[in-house]
Amino acid sequence: MRSVAVVGASLAGLTAARALRAQGYDGGITLIGDERQAPYDRPPLSKDFLLSRTSAEDLALTTEDDQSLGIDWRLATAATALDTAGRRITLSDGGEVRADGVVIATGARARTLPGAGGMSGVHTLRTLDDALALRESLCAGGPLVIVGAGFIGSEVASAALAAGVGVTVVEALPVPLAGPLGAEMGAACAGLHADHGIPVLCGSPVRELLGGARVEGVRLEDGTVLPAAAVLVGMGSVPNTEWLAGSGLDLRGGVRTDSRGATGLPHVVAVGDCAASYRPDAARHVRTEHWTDALRQPETAVRTLLAGPDTAPGTASAGGGSVRGLLPYFWSEQYGVRIQFAGARRDGDSVRIDSGDPEDRCFLAVYERDGRPTAVLGMDQPKQFTWWRRQLAAQWAAVAT
Amino acid sequence: MEHSETLTREGTVLVACRIEDLPPGESVRIDAADGTQAVAVFNADGELYAIDDTCTHQDASLADGWLEGCTVECPLHAACFDLRTGMPNGPPAKRPVRTHRVTVEDGFVRVHVAVPVQAF
Repeated sequence: MRSVAVVGASLAGLTAARALRAQGYDGGITLIGDERQAPYDRPPLSKDFLLSRTSAEDLALTTEDDQSLGIDWRLATAATALDTAGRRITLSDGGEVRADGVVIATGARARTLPGAGGMSGVHTLRTLDDALALRESLCAGGPLVIVGAGFIGSEVASAALAAGVGVTVVEALPVPLAGPLGAEMGAACAGLHADHGIPVLCGSPVRELLGGARVEGVRLEDGTVLPAAAVLVGMGSVPNTEWLAGSGLDLRGGVRTDSRGATGLPHVVAVGDCAASYRPDAARHVRTEHWTDALRQPETAVRTLLAGPDTAPGTASAGGGSVRGLLPYFWSEQYGVRIQFAGARRDGDSVRIDSGDPEDRCFLAVYERDGRPTAVLGMDQPKQFTWWRRQLAAQWAAVAT
Repeated sequence: MEHSETLTREGTVLVACRIEDLPPGESVRIDAADGTQAVAVFNADGELYAIDDTCTHQDASLADGWLEGCTVECPLHAACFDLRTGMPNGPPAKRPVRTHRVTVEDGFVRVHVAVPVQAF
């Protein structure tokens, strides 16, 4: 293999480029990214960056060491098509890149509210430019209506409060965060909003946005009208896979891969938020949007890519990346409280409070099924949480192999 | 990764705890009284090490991190730092943490905090 194109220049793409060199690949690397900025860290965008406590420079993921990677950077350039037979990637600037191997790391984009197109003051939060626009709206004052009480919405509510902006959160589901955390713990986390006097209206979806050129309010299905100078839509994300239409790749729910990052096409692997990778524990393909997956998956996927298509599944997995990295993990920070979650919770798992008290917003909860731990949730319990994360990772490794 | 070295001298001496309160595998955080950066002290299999407590990546206490050999893993994003040198082993951390000399006197663990030497 003499040339590799990495499509997507965020954490997963940059990590893939680093992994190629770390694993001894010495051919050409082209890194294609549709944003104009060099790779940057996204998690602070919904936290300190909104409050100007972190600068854009602080977010940079690249270091001086990356200069030695010899990357051919193609920033502010989107990939528009993948011709796998010709091993050719078409670019938005009319150019093309030919490559023997392709790492797909095009990530995901924020889901938008139907009808919001073109109305100013309506935000999503995914990119640095999104964060700059939202920060400007916060500086202009409220009221801010946040659609979706997930992690992005909750973190922005926390930042808005710190910025002195009046904020209301609306959530279509009866209980916020019930999907990732289950109803009981979702309610415990959502309690942080109430603790700080932020109203959360649950169980009533948005019917329409009000206003003309600029948003003026939000009408809910139950008829409630909330005045708004700005709206943040935090309703999850969709994978950026449209450019792969016609490539022959399986794009159901993301770019489908096996547990080692291999797609159905030889010499093409996929990592990060755009990838729906097979998880042995769940016996299905799962697309996660976890920062740690974007950091850990490329090592395994690059090993798969360099090993070539004839490597039978399993034989290349001996060094298949950090086992701990495979355990799903995410964190959030809201109102000065650190929330951490690791593992794979399923509906029906029981929840046991291992220490602390959810009412105090300082506790550690262990999810269990058939007497075995499946996941752990910590609120301001970093040390205890790490201990549990390690226990789960060891158990996970036994299942994954 | 930044390799630039800063000349340091030893400034404040902080008393961390009694040595019996820091058994192998354990760590303790000391908040400096003068408001300067907190320090984390580790007992790695009998050897004592002190580094700045705050991860250079994002605000997290390394004293809450996981200790393995001479390496501590940040509890938030799993950045690992070598306790002997303060160097991170790779992403997400980009900058090293400062290291500080540790002594035990009269049964107390004492940290000799390194401070940068002002350039003339």
